[in-house]
Formats: sequence, structure tokens, C-alpha cells
Amino acid sequence: MTVLVRGASLLGGPRADLLLDRGVITELGHLSAPAGAAVVDADGLLALPGLVDLHTHLREPGREDAETVESGTAAAAAGGFTAVHAMANTEPVADTAGVVEQVWRLGRDAGHCDVHPVGAVTVGLAGRQLAELGAMAESAARVRVFSDDGHCVSDAALMRRALEYVKAFDGVVAQHAQEPALTAGAQMNEGELSGRLGLAGWPAVAEEAIIARDILLAAHVSSRVHICHVSTAGAVDLVRWAKAKGWPVTAEATPHHLMLTEDLAATYDPVYKVNPPLRSAEDVAALQEGLADGTIDVVATDHAPHPREAKDCEWASAAFGMLGLETALAVVQHTMVEPGKLDWAGVADRMSVRPARIGRLPDHGRPLEVGEPATLTLVDPTARRTVQAADSLSRSRNIPYAGLSLPGAVVATFLRGRRTFGGRA
Amino acid sequence: MQHLLTIADLDREEAVRILDTAEEMARLTDRAIKKLPTLRGRTVVNLFFEDSTRTRTSFELAAKRLSADVINFSAKGSSVSKGESLKDTALTLEAMGADAIVVRHSASGAPHRLAHAGWVSARIVNAGDGTHAHPTQALLDAFTMRRHLGDLAGRRVVIVGDVLHSRVARSNVELLSLLGAQVTLVGPPTLLPVGVESWPCQVSYELDPALAKADAVTMLRVQHERMAASFFPSAREYARRYGLDSGRLRLLPDHAIVLHPGPMNRGMEITADVADSDRSVIVEQVGNGVLVRMAVLYLLLGGSGAAEEDR
Amino acid sequence: MSHAPRSGDSPHVLLSETDIARALTRIGHEILERNKGAGDVVLLGIPRRGVPLARRLAERIAAVESSVPVGSLDVTMYRDDLRMRPARALERTDIPADGVDDKVVVVVDDVLYSGRTVRAALTALDDIGRPRAVQLAVLVDRGHRELPIRADYVGKNVPTSRAEAVRVQLRETDDVDEVVLVREER
Repeated sequence: MTVLVRGASLLGGPRADLLLDRGVITELGHLSAPAGAAVVDADGLLALPGLVDLHTHLREPGREDAETVESGTAAAAAGGFTAVHAMANTEPVADTAGVVEQVWRLGRDAGHCDVHPVGAVTVGLAGRQLAELGAMAESAARVRVFSDDGHCVSDAALMRRALEYVKAFDGVVAQHAQEPALTAGAQMNEGELSGRLGLAGWPAVAEEAIIARDILLAAHVSSRVHICHVSTAGAVDLVRWAKAKGWPVTAEATPHHLMLTEDLAATYDPVYKVNPPLRSAEDVAALQEGLADGTIDVVATDHAPHPREAKDCEWASAAFGMLGLETALAVVQHTMVEPGKLDWAGVADRMSVRPARIGRLPDHGRPLEVGEPATLTLVDPTARRTVQAADSLSRSRNIPYAGLSLPGAVVATFLRGRRTFGGRA
Repeated sequence: MQHLLTIADLDREEAVRILDTAEEMARLTDRAIKKLPTLRGRTVVNLFFEDSTRTRTSFELAAKRLSADVINFSAKGSSVSKGESLKDTALTLEAMGADAIVVRHSASGAPHRLAHAGWVSARIVNAGDGTHAHPTQALLDAFTMRRHLGDLAGRRVVIVGDVLHSRVARSNVELLSLLGAQVTLVGPPTLLPVGVESWPCQVSYELDPALAKADAVTMLRVQHERMAASFFPSAREYARRYGLDSGRLRLLPDHAIVLHPGPMNRGMEITADVADSDRSVIVEQVGNGVLVRMAVLYLLLGGSGAAEEDR
Repeated sequence: MSHAPRSGDSPHVLLSETDIARALTRIGHEILERNKGAGDVVLLGIPRRGVPLARRLAERIAAVESSVPVGSLDVTMYRDDLRMRPARALERTDIPADGVDDKVVVVVDDVLYSGRTVRAALTALDDIGRPRAVQLAVLVDRGHRELPIRADYVGKNVPTSRAEAVRVQLRETDDVDEVVLVREER
């Protein structure tokens, strides 16, 4: 089906019409609609390359009560995403070619966006033995990103081996930086507030110490390392230092860490419980600055669905995690674009171009030009919506922004010319 | 006052009113018939997720002395039953028509959730949540101190021990500073929380100098298990540096009293002869607990404030 | 009993300082007369203003015959209208050392109105002991009884409307001795 997108502002810049035909942008400029083409009136809308999430939890196989590949990717498309990397902490763990292929196939069958399974670094995420990284790389899923996310690869020797091993297939190890010995039983950021609230603290040093070690390891063995969900000012400083040295380090930050602070824990409402925890206002400011200057390469959602009963309880018993796919762009617009810290071209870079590059996705994060994949999302930046948990396409409802008014609305998403979200022409 | 979750729910006037009301309760319960009809027809539920015979019976007695109906709900919410226990239990109590729920839970913030999640309409009294707060303990401690020392403004109180894991310490610091007392926390650095410098009190790693000017000393329970996590090297070293023994007792001014929220680890933070000495008001604290809890239940299941009376 | 015209706004004085003193003197004598002496009499004032009134009665009785035990009885916890209002702070209850068993307890209050306060006092006395008799002394009886309760000793009977309030001021609590009638602002 041919689609003519009329009058969209490309990455916030000049307006143009785009003709999407057979999965590709075939024409660009001031166009007239060919016969039989569906016309999308994009007057007042932005066109961005389809967003790429480097960090999502789709929960299938094993936790379909919280989310499935079908529901998670539907939420992704609604958030403007055309590709997501599905983390390996499923049941069973995605530590074999069999499981990653299963997830990849489920994504293909659902068809809402491309699903790129992340392979576990260690068997069962137990941190003791390398998983069959090569088999996963060669499988139909073509895994390139490996992560034990949820757990830290805390053994230094094992992390070194993993970094070395993935070089053979241009892979990258994505580390969930959390020194386990310093965070046993931790519930929220360690600081004055945690002491007062009586919640066990998760100190910044537990994240920074691992990041420092892994940056040095990656440099030493000349392999890429990607730091998941950076959350502290100190961590941003470390990544900036590593990049200044020219070392192969990339980093991501989540929308919630760009916007929310630890004060919300004082409500004892577990919707605000997440790992790594919400931090101080200073940390949030440093992350925003890091994203603006490119020290933080990527906004990744860490979309973490949980069933109601996992959050409908006292803090200590609650699961860690927040939803993020449907609100990511709005939060970035609210925290970065509207205050003038990042323009839309910058958003496209952090949420599409760079994550596609890190994940080695050849047909995502491409420029909106003739010949490139027709993989894009149309956004109305002037819209304003109050976030309602009940409206989510996810199976879960653990959204920390419920009741808040956020800017922007995704109007339509296209994956290789096929509309994956947005009902009206 | 709608709920009593932490001392921060009270202003100075309300805190003093609770103490004064407890004094009146003392008078009323000196009689042969130790019962008042005030809460007749009200249902008070003791919802204890942590074992505590002492605190539970204290609340039970307090409620019964006010003629309330008391239900004891001993719920064990473990991590296995992933929090369904708190919400489902709450919904059950709401269906039973509880007017007040006294809750003790090992998770900080559990009473807060009960009060604000919309599951129950009852008044919530925090009987101790995790390492966060234990307001009625602080109130009965202050009541006890006031009886012996008079007005607490300007009085020096030393609290010794595992402050990091102590909800009693937190609530005591909040209440005593609200009442104008000067509080000093003493313990090894490992057992003092991050950010304690911003609390309304002094902090010291040394016990002896603090004792010389103290009007009251509260010894906190220190658990042996903390040794396994390296909070201190051995019981012997802890007792030597921070334990209250007869030698240290002599450092205290003559009028000073010794408190302990219980249960005591005799030989660890406090020796047997100090616990049994005449400076110790530990047994009295227990009796005062009932009076203070009667005052809290009375003021909660009615509110507070004066109204024009008709005769 | 005077029926001075009641102006809408300015308070109308029912009892002046002298009137109060005379009424208390008379009541003191009536108590002695009725009970054939001060023997087993115990005076219990209902806070707040019943307490200084009870003390003044005790002084007068002591001046004429012999001393009589005086105390206070807070009835807040026994009121039947507890649920209808916010919980009030408790007042002082002070029962004299010899108790109330087999005594003639004279409950003393400033104003008798619906009778509910006195009924609460009777309930409270139930939990304290078993008096031989209970009598009631009030400074002002303003009518509108809601219960079958009557005073044994009255300073002044004043018919009132529900829109009016009787305000008793005593020097122990209010710096002056005066009882006035005011129209309530609604």
C-alpha cells in the first residue's frame, strides 16, 4: 500500500511530503498523491525516524501475566518505536539460540515492530558461566547485544571474558551496573531521605564502581561496552572521561531517570520503586546535561511491566520497575526539548540513530531520505495529554506519570511502509 | 488527627495533648473498675505482621479499657505471598467494619499504604513499621521521662545503639526535639544512618562524655546478627564500647533515668544489674504504654479540639 | 425572677458578683440543712467552672460548720454525645482520698440545661463507687431538660430560649464574677 505523508516537518526542520512505497521512501518534496495512495495529512506534525529502544522487557516467555511480545510491541508502536531490544530475563532465560529465536519469531508474527532479542551473558543470569553467545549471534535472531540485565555481571574475570568473546561477532555487552555486595536488600537511593524513611539504601558508588571497572576493562581488551540505565552524576562523569579517552563506551538513560527524583519514595507508593532507583535532583540534572552533550548516547525505556499485585503492596515487597514505551517521547519532550536542551534532530539521534548503531540494526535510525526505509513516526508536538494508566496498551499498569500532563502525541508509526500505529488517515 | 503514622503527623500541641490525656487515663485507671465506656461499640483491630506479644497486648488492653471490641489478627505476610497479604487483609477488615487498625509490619511504609491506598476507611495507628517509625513508643518514652524529669524542654536525652535499624530511635528523635529536648545519638559509625547529620540532634561515637550530662539514657536493642554483616566485630567489643554497665551508670547524674524499649539483650547493650537498678524505669515504661495507647485511641476515634458545650 | 427586656445584641446580666456570692452562701446553708450537717457530704465539681464553685461552697460550709472534702469529676469520657463532636481534651478528675462509698455526693456545675452532663456524671460515679445519695447543685437552671433530671440546689432559675446562651464567668477562670445572657450568633 502506498502512503503519501503530506507536509511533515522532517526532524523538526523544513516541511516536506514523503511517498512511502514498498517499504521505502521513494520520493520526497512537494508531491501529488499517486492513484490509490493513502494520504496522511501531517500538517503540524513532526516526522522522526522510527524510534529504537535498546532496553525493553517483553516478559514472554514466562511472565505473560505482565506482558507478552504482542502487547509490549503494540505499546512500543504506540510510543513511536519501530524496533525494540527485548531483554533476556525471561522464564526460561534467553541464554540459548532456541529461546532467542522463539522471541524473535513472536515479534515477527505480532508485526507491530522489529523485536531484537538480547542474549544473556551468563547461563541462567547466574553470573558464573558464559552462555552460548556465538550460537545466539548466529541464530535467526542475529543477537548482537548481550546483557544479564536485572543482574550485574559482577565477577571481573567473567566480564573480561565476555567483552573479549563478543568481539568475534561485533557484539556488545550491556552491563547492568550494580555491585551486589553493596546493594543487598536495597530499596531506594541511599541518602538522607532513605535514612529518614527507613528504606535500605542503594548507594551511587555501587553503580559507579562497576562502571569504572568495566570502562577500564573495555579499553584494555578493546571491546565495546554499553552501560544500561545510567542514573548518577558520578556515572555521567565516568562515561564522559572514558569518551574523552576515545574508549569504546556507550551509555543509556531512561526517561524516568531524566525526570523523576527520589522524593517520590516518601509516598511509599511502589509505582516509584525501580532499579536503579530514582535519584537526587542533582543526578537528574547531570543526566539531562549528559544527554544534551551526547555523553549519554541513548534514551532507552527499560520498560518493565509488572502485574498489579506486584505493586499493590508495601514497598519492600514490591517489584522494581516502571512502564516506559508509550510515554518515552513525551517525557523527553517535556524534560529536554521544551526547556531547549535538545532539539528534535537531537531526539532523533538519541532515540533512533545511535541506538540502531549500537544494536547494529542496518535498517533503523536511517535518515529520512529517498531510498531509505519507510520506517518513521509522526508526532504532534503541540498536543497535551494527561497520562491515564487505563489507556495503556500494555498488560500492566505500573506507570509513574499517571495523572500528569505531558506534551506531545504519537499520531502514526510506520515500519517499512506499513502502518503499525495510528488509525486515522 | 486522622491517623497516627509517624510523630511528624503531630504538632507540639497535639503531642502534649496526648501526654496530658495519658495522665488523665492514669487517674481513671487507678479505680477499682478500670473501664471507661468511651469507645463502646467501636471495633479496634490489632493487625500484627510481626510477632510482638508485648506491644499487641498493650494495645489490646488499652482498647478494652475504653470498652472497644478488639480483634487480634496475626497475619504473617512473607515475601512468598508477595504483598497480597496486606491488601487482601485490609479489604477483609474493611468488610468487618474495623474503626481503627493498629498495624505492625516489617516493611517501612506499610501503615502509610494502609492509610492512603484507599483499601480501608479505618483510622490507622502505626505500631512499628520496619526501620521507619514507632510513634506510640516515642510517646510512652516521653511520658515516662516527663513523669520523672518534668517539662522536657532543655532536657538532655542520650539514645545509644543501633540507630540505623531502629524505628524507636527515629521516632524518639522526632518527638523529643518537638518537645524541646536536646537529643544525642551515640553508636559506632556503622550503625548511624547516612544523612544523620541533618537530623534534629547531635551525634557522637563516644558514650562516656555524653553520659556525664544526660538526664535520660535510652538503650536500643542491638542484635547479634548485625555482627555477621560486619556492623561491629564482636559482641564483646560492642558491649565494651557502647554497653551500659554499672561503671557507666555511675557516670550519670544522680537524677538521670535509664530507659529501654525492649526486649533487652542483657549483656549486650545493657547489663543485668543496670536493667534491674533503681535508675531503670524499664518496667514502668510498659505500664505507661497502656496509658499512652488509651490516649491515642481516644483522640483518634473521635478527633480532637474543643467545642461549645451544652448542659 | 426578673424579666428585663432583652435587647438583641448586648448581654443581659443575670447575676452580678454580689448575686453570685449570696446564692452560693444560701446553697451552702441549704446543703447543711438538707443533710443535717456536713458529716458525709462530698462536693465534686464538674470542670471547668463547676470546680471553683464547688470550692467556694466548701469554704462557706467550712466557715459555718466543718470542712468537707472537695474534688473534681471530669465526665468527658462518659458523655452520650461523644460521637457527634470531635473528641475533647480531658479535664482533671480528682476524687478525694476517702472516696465516695456511702457518702452524699453533691455534684456541682455552673449551668443545668439538657441534663446530659449530669447524667454522664452519674454514670461516671457508678465506676468510682457507690454513694449513699447523689444531689445536684447548680448556679443557673436555664430549663429545656431532655432527661428526667432536676437540681436539688439552684442559684437562679432563668427561662431561656434555645437561641440564647448563658455565659458564666468566675474570677478563678475569667477574672470577673458575672453571669450573662447572650443571643447566640448562628
